[in-house]
Amino acid sequence: MKILKVIRLHARRNPLMFVGLVICILWFAVSLAPSLVAPYGPLEQNIRKRLQPPSANHLFGTDQLGRDILSRVLYGGRISLPAGLLVVVSAAIVGTVMGSVAGYIGGAWDEILMRITEVFMSFPIIILAMAVTAALGPSTINAVIAMVVVWWPNYARIIRSLVLSVKANEYVQASRAIGASRTYILFRTILPNCVAPALVMATLDIGNAILIFASLSFLGLGPEPSAAEWGRMVADGIDYFDQWWLSAFPGIAIFTIILSFNLVGDGLRDVLDPRMRKALTR
Amino acid sequence: MPLHLYLVRRILLMIPLVFGISLMAFIVANTIPADPTAANLGERAAADPEIVAAFQRKWGLDQPIHIQYVTYVKNLLHGDLGISIQSRRPIMEELARYLPATVELATAGILVSLVAGVTFGVISAVWRNRPIDFVVRILSLIGVSAPVFWLALIGQLVLYRNLGLVPGPGRLDIVLTAPPTVTGLYVIDSILAGQWHILANALAHLILPALVLGAFSMGLIARITRSSMLEVLSLDYITTARSKGLREHLVIIRHALRNALMPVVTIIGLAYGNLLSGAVLTETIFAWGGIGLYAYNSARTLDFPAIMGVSMLIAILFITINLIVDMLYCWLDPRIRVD
Repeated sequence: MKILKVIRLHARRNPLMFVGLVICILWFAVSLAPSLVAPYGPLEQNIRKRLQPPSANHLFGTDQLGRDILSRVLYGGRISLPAGLLVVVSAAIVGTVMGSVAGYIGGAWDEILMRITEVFMSFPIIILAMAVTAALGPSTINAVIAMVVVWWPNYARIIRSLVLSVKANEYVQASRAIGASRTYILFRTILPNCVAPALVMATLDIGNAILIFASLSFLGLGPEPSAAEWGRMVADGIDYFDQWWLSAFPGIAIFTIILSFNLVGDGLRDVLDPRMRKALTR
Repeated sequence: MPLHLYLVRRILLMIPLVFGISLMAFIVANTIPADPTAANLGERAAADPEIVAAFQRKWGLDQPIHIQYVTYVKNLLHGDLGISIQSRRPIMEELARYLPATVELATAGILVSLVAGVTFGVISAVWRNRPIDFVVRILSLIGVSAPVFWLALIGQLVLYRNLGLVPGPGRLDIVLTAPPTVTGLYVIDSILAGQWHILANALAHLILPALVLGAFSMGLIARITRSSMLEVLSLDYITTARSKGLREHLVIIRHALRNALMPVVTIIGLAYGNLLSGAVLTETIFAWGGIGLYAYNSARTLDFPAIMGVSMLIAILFITINLIVDMLYCWLDPRIRVD
């Protein structure tokens, strides 16, 4: 695998990307089995020990119901990571269908679909997502639905431009010349060649999705109030201003995961964009 | 294509876009399962069929959906966005009242991010791989990675509560009255009225929200300025400028920065979109009475005429700013005009 070798080489040359990858993998691992590392349950209350500052027993302190914040932060990834993943995957699927139809069939379909994506993209993400979530009623799945509604046009536009550039290749013409059907050409010849760049973009987008999800949740438009979710936990901290640990630690959790995606993204860009590669090694 | 023809074409293209936006706002506000009747009447009134019927008749909710939309567009063309169900006041009036606060905050935010971002980017590129470059890069990474709402809270905790460097939430101290309204921007109105203590107070209240709001764009702009400066600094004409004995700061500011700023201009539009989204979160935390807070409150109370109005306003603001940015880009780079 040549690409793996290149990535490894760059990981050595680019330690920041490596740090990002490690943080990212750590968060995913913790979220798979938080019970192995969390000292308490995420909903375990001990009202007599409420609002305790960080100590040996509770490294990140306790919240207004005496729940251990470290444990809740560790469990938090269980909601945010799948939500972020789900948003990106669903948006990528919808976007790929729309984008490939627009790019491959072209003509009036292309015009109409692209005008529609423009309308969607004129709304700042959070405003539209907020209206949709508020209307559907606050819950994790509704927040995800609202975000997919706002998220897919990005993918539609990228897939469209990829399809357009791949379509111009000679092998597509060759495929047509030997009598392949239109569907065959789209699915077997064109789309496989669009996957790699779209996949890279989607991976990096998960960080963004997690951030917007946390923001919706912070506004009270996400999971139910008691859930161990980062945005929600930061919001809980507003009412307990002097107990800084309530909002500081969940915020750091969101920060580290987005930072890790950004670090990986920067690294990948250096690897994939030869122009930048030149600028960096100079 | 000459610039003015390009401008006309772009403005004409905005018409179908605005139409689409109105349809979209209407669909979001109407085809969703939530029931505005129940949300706005309260449980007891909603149980009374007569009150419900009267409410639906009043807001046109008993009409078929396409008639409702036609009525909406007709009113829209007359500059009438309807009446807020919550406050019973015309939405146009409310938006006009809340918009200046957001304009003031967003402008301060974009100024902070532009000045700091470009400065950081240039410093970082000129002293590449030195300690200062490292510090600046870390700062801009923090800017693009930290959630706005969290920065706002931590900022309030540290700078307001613990250090007392900045005043608390709101646009002015509670004891002060707003300057006489001319533009609605407290900073400008207080200058016009010559009320310098109000100006000082308004600026002090603006600092932290603007810093928090601008943090993301600052990081973005710093990163882009850095990479674009690095690219430009390696070009031949920079070597020429240096070899003819020009002082280094002139080479950097007059020759390199000018060309390096082109990519920055293109992302200002994008950054402004982020700013408008960030405004919802920032305004909620800082009790800043702008359209972000208004959007949040109307979404929470399912005040659907208000949701439609505010989303349309923000979307139109967004596309207008992008249009201005594109024109600025055209004006700066004559090569684009050919397209």
